[in-house]
Amino acid sequence: MEIDPFIFRLSIFILSIFVGYYVVWSVTPSLHTPLMSVTNAISSVIIVGAIIAALSGGDGVVFSSSSIYGFLAIILAAVNIFGGFLVTQRMLAMYKKKKKDK
Amino acid sequence: MSANLSAILYLVSGVLFILALRGLSSPETSRQGNLFGIIGMIIAVTVTFLSVGNFSSGFIYVLIFLAIGGSIGAFIAYRIPMTAMPELVAGFHSLVGLAAVFVAISAFINPAAFNLGTPGNIKLASLIEMAIGAAVGAITFSGSVIAFLKLQGIMSGAPITFKGQHLLNALLLILIVILTIYLCSTQSSNLFWILIAVSFLIGFLIIIPIGGADMPVVISMLNSYSGWAAAGIGFTLENTALIITGALVGSSGAILSYIMCKGMNRSFFNVILGGFGATDQTTGGQSKEQRPVKSGNADDAAFLMKNASSVIIVPGYGMAVAQAQHALREMVDTLKKNDIKVSYAIHPVAGRMPGHMNVLLAEANVPYDEVFELEEINNDFANADVAFVIGANDVTNPVAKTDPQSPIYGMPVLDVEKCKSVLFVKRSLSPGYAGIDNDLFYKENTLMLFADAKKMTEDITKNL
Repeated sequence: MEIDPFIFRLSIFILSIFVGYYVVWSVTPSLHTPLMSVTNAISSVIIVGAIIAALSGGDGVVFSSSSIYGFLAIILAAVNIFGGFLVTQRMLAMYKKKKKDK
Repeated sequence: MSANLSAILYLVSGVLFILALRGLSSPETSRQGNLFGIIGMIIAVTVTFLSVGNFSSGFIYVLIFLAIGGSIGAFIAYRIPMTAMPELVAGFHSLVGLAAVFVAISAFINPAAFNLGTPGNIKLASLIEMAIGAAVGAITFSGSVIAFLKLQGIMSGAPITFKGQHLLNALLLILIVILTIYLCSTQSSNLFWILIAVSFLIGFLIIIPIGGADMPVVISMLNSYSGWAAAGIGFTLENTALIITGALVGSSGAILSYIMCKGMNRSFFNVILGGFGATDQTTGGQSKEQRPVKSGNADDAAFLMKNASSVIIVPGYGMAVAQAQHALREMVDTLKKNDIKVSYAIHPVAGRMPGHMNVLLAEANVPYDEVFELEEINNDFANADVAFVIGANDVTNPVAKTDPQSPIYGMPVLDVEKCKSVLFVKRSLSPGYAGIDNDLFYKENTLMLFADAKKMTEDITKNL
């Protein structure tokens, strides 16, 4: 009997939760704000779905009832991707070690 | 592009996202981690373009919309002051939630484009996944909008409660489940719209009873929700990158909520059910007896610190409000020139979001190896000469250790009162967010400095 592909996806999902669990516990508390902004940015990989939706109109039809939602989602996700990664970068650039001055 | 190849590349971008989070385990590796995240995102987007393979006029529009969103995002990222990070993150969460709703709607209207069947005849599993993605996305959206409004001060931070609130929420949740079941059997688009509308409503209702002081928990919780919404959509689209990312973000937000709850010694349900602060005002009223406090000026504070050999700074949200972080660092620089050892103590729930104080101090050029977490530094208070409390309140209240009647009893607090002397910068004697009086104000060794945090810090620097 063949295994439903859904089971594979479910396995990936469950294992990723565990990976996330251990990886996030090892994040130093002083970087919890950048953690939130970067998770924000990466969860916007939902743009993948938005692009498929936006290009769903078929030949010649750019704006169909379904693709419009895709385009709107692209804008929202793009704000998040650029905003999220850039603000994270801006924050991380500020974390400096003590200068060894005497 | 073959389906297998794109699946593998999506997996690669998922792994890069894991590495992005892994990088945050120390500030040195964090910048590299962020780069991994960006590469992962570029891979995911490129693969999507190649696998759809539709480079007609629609493609141009996609790029245009991408550029519009991207420039808005970049503009915000460069302009936002670091004190406003909680609002920014809440706002960004709402966008992820809404994007998830839009993608689910699009998939519902045109399932063929996603390989999920035809309208009115969508695969059952996909329909369930879609409904979950849309519902969680909608809850994330409206919840984050309320959180944003509360943080921004547009909406009062006070909890909004009414009778039968929890019952209503429970009924609405049951309604969502029933709607999903009916949706699966009828495939009716009306039910799908109602489902989304009810989810928007419930997100709104869940967040309004939660008070301003609990915002760190709320933001983390919504962070988690946005992850689960992404994972739901990932299942619909059968996309590994989305599933992995959703799981990562979901568990990340859940862990942060847990840490925040523990920092306040409250159970997650206690926070979610809300109404904290509203019930405690009665206790605040009865203990209104006038106890004597010692108050001083910048001169006294400067004198105390000049004669100290070690000072511990305890920053809180008030420092952010007064924008005093730069003035604070200048004061510390002057202290260091006088060979005084200075360190910073940060409580897990200081600020309005996890790690908020650390970012603000980093912005003011405070080296991160001078900043310590509660467990790392709490034993040092007994050996320190001066504790300088600026903008923090409840997290220093010794009542949490001594009075089992107090609403904050059991909450981990910084042992500030063990210092030889305590300087407490505050505008007035008013209680903190928890609505309770701080015993520290009345201690023999406490000197209250009634002033704006920034002005007081600058004045002290002048007097040093």
